Amino acid sequence: MNKVVKDAHEAIQGITNGMTLMLGGFGLCGIPENCIAALVKAGQKDLTCISNNAGVDDFGIGLMLQQRQVKKMISSYVGENAEFERQLLSGELEVELTPQGTLAEKCRAGGAGIPAFFTATGYGTEIAEGKETREINGRMYVLEESLTADYALVKAWKGDKYGNLIYKGTARNFNPMMAMAGKITIAEVEELVEPGELDPNQVHTPGIFVQRIFQGKNYEKRIEQRTVSK
Amino acid sequence: MLTKDQIAKRIAQELQDGWYVNLGIGIPTLVANYIPDGMHVELQSENGLLGMGPFPKEEEIDADLINAGKQTVTMRPGASLFSSSDSFAMIRGGHVQLTVLGAMEVSENGDIANWKIPGKMVKGMGGAMDLVAGTDNIIVAMMHTNRAGESKLLDRCTLPLTGINCIRRVITDLGMFSIEGGAFILEEIAPGVSVDDVKKATAGKLIVSPVLKTMLID
Repeated sequence: MNKVVKDAHEAIQGITNGMTLMLGGFGLCGIPENCIAALVKAGQKDLTCISNNAGVDDFGIGLMLQQRQVKKMISSYVGENAEFERQLLSGELEVELTPQGTLAEKCRAGGAGIPAFFTATGYGTEIAEGKETREINGRMYVLEESLTADYALVKAWKGDKYGNLIYKGTARNFNPMMAMAGKITIAEVEELVEPGELDPNQVHTPGIFVQRIFQGKNYEKRIEQRTVSK
Repeated sequence: MLTKDQIAKRIAQELQDGWYVNLGIGIPTLVANYIPDGMHVELQSENGLLGMGPFPKEEEIDADLINAGKQTVTMRPGASLFSSSDSFAMIRGGHVQLTVLGAMEVSENGDIANWKIPGKMVKGMGGAMDLVAGTDNIIVAMMHTNRAGESKLLDRCTLPLTGINCIRRVITDLGMFSIEGGAFILEEIAPGVSVDDVKKATAGKLIVSPVLKTMLID
C-alpha cells in the first residue's frame, strides 16, 4: 500500500510522448509545480493537457509550452499567456475551449465511470455544434462526453502514504476531480505524513484515487494578481 | 448618465438578505462595495469559495486563497471551500440566487454574448456559459454603448453567443431595462438622461414602461 515515490522525476516515470494528462489548478493556484518542472526537464512531446488554464509565459503549463511539449490544450480560459497565443495563431497548438463547469463535470464523470451527461450549459452556442441535444422536462440540454487521462497530476496541501489528500484554500479547485479521472494519479503534497496522522473526517480525496505520492519541494506559489486592501 | 460605481450601487439595491451571489469581473465586482449595512449576502467565487471577503492586508496575503479573477482575497467568518465541480453544482443547480455579469452584447430576446470576438485572440469562456445557464436571476451590468459608440442592446447579437434566451434584466449607464416579449423595456432612467437619449443609443426594440421612474442613486 506504500505509494510513496522519491521525487517528481520518479513520479512521472511512464509518461511518454502523445499521452493525455490532467493537471490540477486554477490559474497558478494549486498547480503541480514539481511535476511540471520534471516534465519540462524530461521533455515529453505531443502531450494533450487538460487543465482549466494554461499558466503564464514563464510559470505553470507556460513552461511546457515554451518547450513545445503540448500539442493540444483542453481548457476553459487561456488568457495571460503570450507564447500560448503565438503557438495557437501559428497552428502549432490546438485548443478545445470548454465551459469551466462542464470541464469540471467532465472530469468528475470520467472518474466516476459516467461516459457522458446532459447539461444546459452552452445550448444554442457554438460549443453545442455537432453535439446531441435533447429536451428534458421542457428545457434543452447538450450531451457532453466525460474525460479521463493517462496520468493526472494533482497538488494537495497534506497527504499520507496511502494517498489520502487534504487541500488548502482555493488550491483545491480541479484537483479532486482530476485525481479521480487519472488512470494513474500522481499527487504532490507540501507535507507527507504517516497513515493515521490525517483526520479521516477531513480527507478530501480518498487514497483509492491516488497511485503515486511524494513530498514536493521549493513551492513558489506564484500569485497572478496581488491585490491588497488599504 | 451613471458612473460604473453608480451602476454597481443600483444593482446593490436588488440584493436581498440571505442571498448567495456570484459577481463577475468588471462592474459586477464593484457591487460588493455597496452591500447595504446589516444585510447578509454571501459572495460565491466559482473557483471554490463561498463567503468571500475583501482583499487582504499585505501581511494576510495567502497564495492559496484567490478569487475567480485570480486576485488574492480573504474569507469571512462562516466561509466554506470546495472543488470546482461542487462550485458549478451550486451554479448550474440553481442554488445561487443572483448572478451579475458583464456583456459585450445583449439582444431583445435575452441572448448574451460576452466571451469571444472573431478575429481577436480567443481567451475562453471560463465559467460564463455555466453562469448564464444556471440561474433565472441574472443582471447584466455594462455600459450602454461600446467604445465605438455603437449600441450593445441589439435586436440580435452579432458576436458568438454565451447563452440564449437567458437574460431578463440589464443595467447600463443610461437606465435599467427588463427583457420581455422580445423587447427591452425601459423601467428606470438614469438622472440627467432623456428617453430620447436612450432611444438613440438602443438598436434593439425599445418600449418605455408606462410607469417609468427616474433611478434613485444616493
